[in-house]
Amino acid sequence: MTMETFLQQLINGLSLGSLYALIAIGYTMVYGILRLINFAHGDIFMMAAYFTYFGIAVFFLPWYVTFIITVGLTMLLGVTIERVAYRPLREAPKTSLLISAIGVSFLLENVATYLFSGKPQAFPEFPLLTTPFFIGGLSIQPVSIVIPIVAFVLMTALLFIINKTKVGMAMRAVAVDYDTAKLMGIKINGVISSTFAIGSALAAVGAILWCMKYPSVLPLMGVVPGLKCFIAAVIGGIGNVKGAVLGGLILGFSEVLMVAFFPALTGYRDAIAFVILIVILLFLPNGLLGKKQVEKV
Amino acid sequence: MKKTLSVLLSLAMVVTMVAGCSGGTSSSSSSSDSDVIKIGVFEPLTGANAAGGELEVEGVKLANQLRPEVLGKKVELVVADNKSDKAEATTAAARLIEKDKVVAILGSWGSSLSIAAGDVVKTNKIPAVALSATNPQVTAGNDYYFRVCFLDPFQGTVMANYAYKNLNAKKVAIIQEVSNDYSVGLAKFFTDSFTKLTGDPNAIVSTGNYNTGDQDFNGILTNIKATNPDVIFAPGNFTESALIIKQARALGITAPFIGGDTWETNEFITVGGTDVEGAVMSTFFDDTNPLTEAGKTFVTEYKKAYPDRENIAAVTALGYDGYMMTLDAIERAGSTDPVAIRDALAQTTDFEGATGMITIDANGDATKNEAIIKTVKDGKFTYQDSVTID
Repeated sequence: MTMETFLQQLINGLSLGSLYALIAIGYTMVYGILRLINFAHGDIFMMAAYFTYFGIAVFFLPWYVTFIITVGLTMLLGVTIERVAYRPLREAPKTSLLISAIGVSFLLENVATYLFSGKPQAFPEFPLLTTPFFIGGLSIQPVSIVIPIVAFVLMTALLFIINKTKVGMAMRAVAVDYDTAKLMGIKINGVISSTFAIGSALAAVGAILWCMKYPSVLPLMGVVPGLKCFIAAVIGGIGNVKGAVLGGLILGFSEVLMVAFFPALTGYRDAIAFVILIVILLFLPNGLLGKKQVEKV
Repeated sequence: MKKTLSVLLSLAMVVTMVAGCSGGTSSSSSSSDSDVIKIGVFEPLTGANAAGGELEVEGVKLANQLRPEVLGKKVELVVADNKSDKAEATTAAARLIEKDKVVAILGSWGSSLSIAAGDVVKTNKIPAVALSATNPQVTAGNDYYFRVCFLDPFQGTVMANYAYKNLNAKKVAIIQEVSNDYSVGLAKFFTDSFTKLTGDPNAIVSTGNYNTGDQDFNGILTNIKATNPDVIFAPGNFTESALIIKQARALGITAPFIGGDTWETNEFITVGGTDVEGAVMSTFFDDTNPLTEAGKTFVTEYKKAYPDRENIAAVTALGYDGYMMTLDAIERAGSTDPVAIRDALAQTTDFEGATGMITIDANGDATKNEAIIKTVKDGKFTYQDSVTID
């Protein structure tokens, strides 16, 4: 393999990994606060992609208006799902919550198939971000640079919210001890709603960037990224924001590098995610950065 | 307010019922079950292959409108969605047979889905006619599966010849959808034929695999770029293929892309945009050059039914042929017994379809030796050539 090919693969891995990281942060946040694996996260991501598609390709709104509306609608969707499907079950066993999450996931997929048909829609192009520039034989799409930057900025912002703001302090309190936090006068519902709002906003940003790189929108497009990003969150230590980013990057790089070094195995790239997951969990049951039940957000 | 609404609703129902009766050719609205022949249409209407399935159903429905009766009985279509999923395909076929009591089945788009239903039609002795499923395994070892399209060994040879003769290719890279029998089969037949043509056992310089539903192909494509092929052969589902071509162009790969009949859907062009310009594929039918009288009738009727469409997809013509050939067999069998229909289908000789003359051989395959080559030009599928291989 030439140096050029290798560098190109690293760029491919970085942009894919950062996309995984963005979506994984959403998983990790919700788990950190509620101990709930929000299986509908991938489908919230899919709905966000449709919101953007409708805004730009159907209603011809300017892209910046569309992005704001998309993030807003997705946050609303996330909060509504929590209100309708998770809040009534908050005192129920965790399994019921998990089943409810899977139910929401199927519901969203089927509603989307019914409303938007099973056919793929073309996502509008952003020549500014997608037209590649070349350095030697290396091809770089501006979006491939934008994705890691956005992921890093959002991660920093999220860490700031969690560690430095009042809402963040409340989130950490709820994560440590739900009942005591309640007794201390923390408005649990508000805290949980903001968690879902932030998680969904991250899914929306992830969806917008994902569609710029892979411009087709489908009702089932959230399934595979959803699963991969859940794995990424577990690898990094579910509940840990930095861990989610790390897990996403590890997953993105390993997938691409496996394709690069073992071309014959390209059909098994989805399996690599599970192999890494199993290996890491064998040695570090809490994931790479996960600590034992202490700071979960 | 409520009352007016209910009156309006019931009025609407009466109107639709009357319209429904006068629309059908059979004047008796209370036909008992024995006056109706049910034919199952087994297609992906949701999921990754939905666009293809929809186009085939269109052809079947058009044919049904033109010929709604056989043996003096009304033909009723029962459409089942196999959701582009192999496991779902088996259930959908079984449901058509057991619950809907169909006498024959048409479909499915996608060889994998048809193969998945193979055992069900065989054990239940219900004949099935695949419309655009081109993999040999669809009919191999199955007396109850037939088809109206050509086969992948033929299509693979056509594309290998095209790459070698028209594009002067010496080195070809292949990207195949490894979970799809159609794609893997076509890639294999292409490889066999192309290495024979060039006489170079290493003429295929790189092979990349992907799974249905994948969206990121940068890794595979970067490998391919390093081998610098003259042509890239990428048979597979239209959604993934369009994304592959887009990502290849973004990586600076300029080699032409060629593929198979599955590309010919509007979604291939809408998703691929300007990047799929110049992509070349083999297909079954071209509406600007119908080969038979039946083809001309089909084109006229299609344009009447869908005046706003620009292209007629080849799979729609095959849907039309599948229906017409099955009705022809029922007529020759003189019976609605599925086994009798199967025997009549097996004896089909020189049946004039929209896509050409169809004769069913010992395997249940249509013997066809002509393929159409189309290319994407100005955002449209454009006729380029027709290829005959003996």
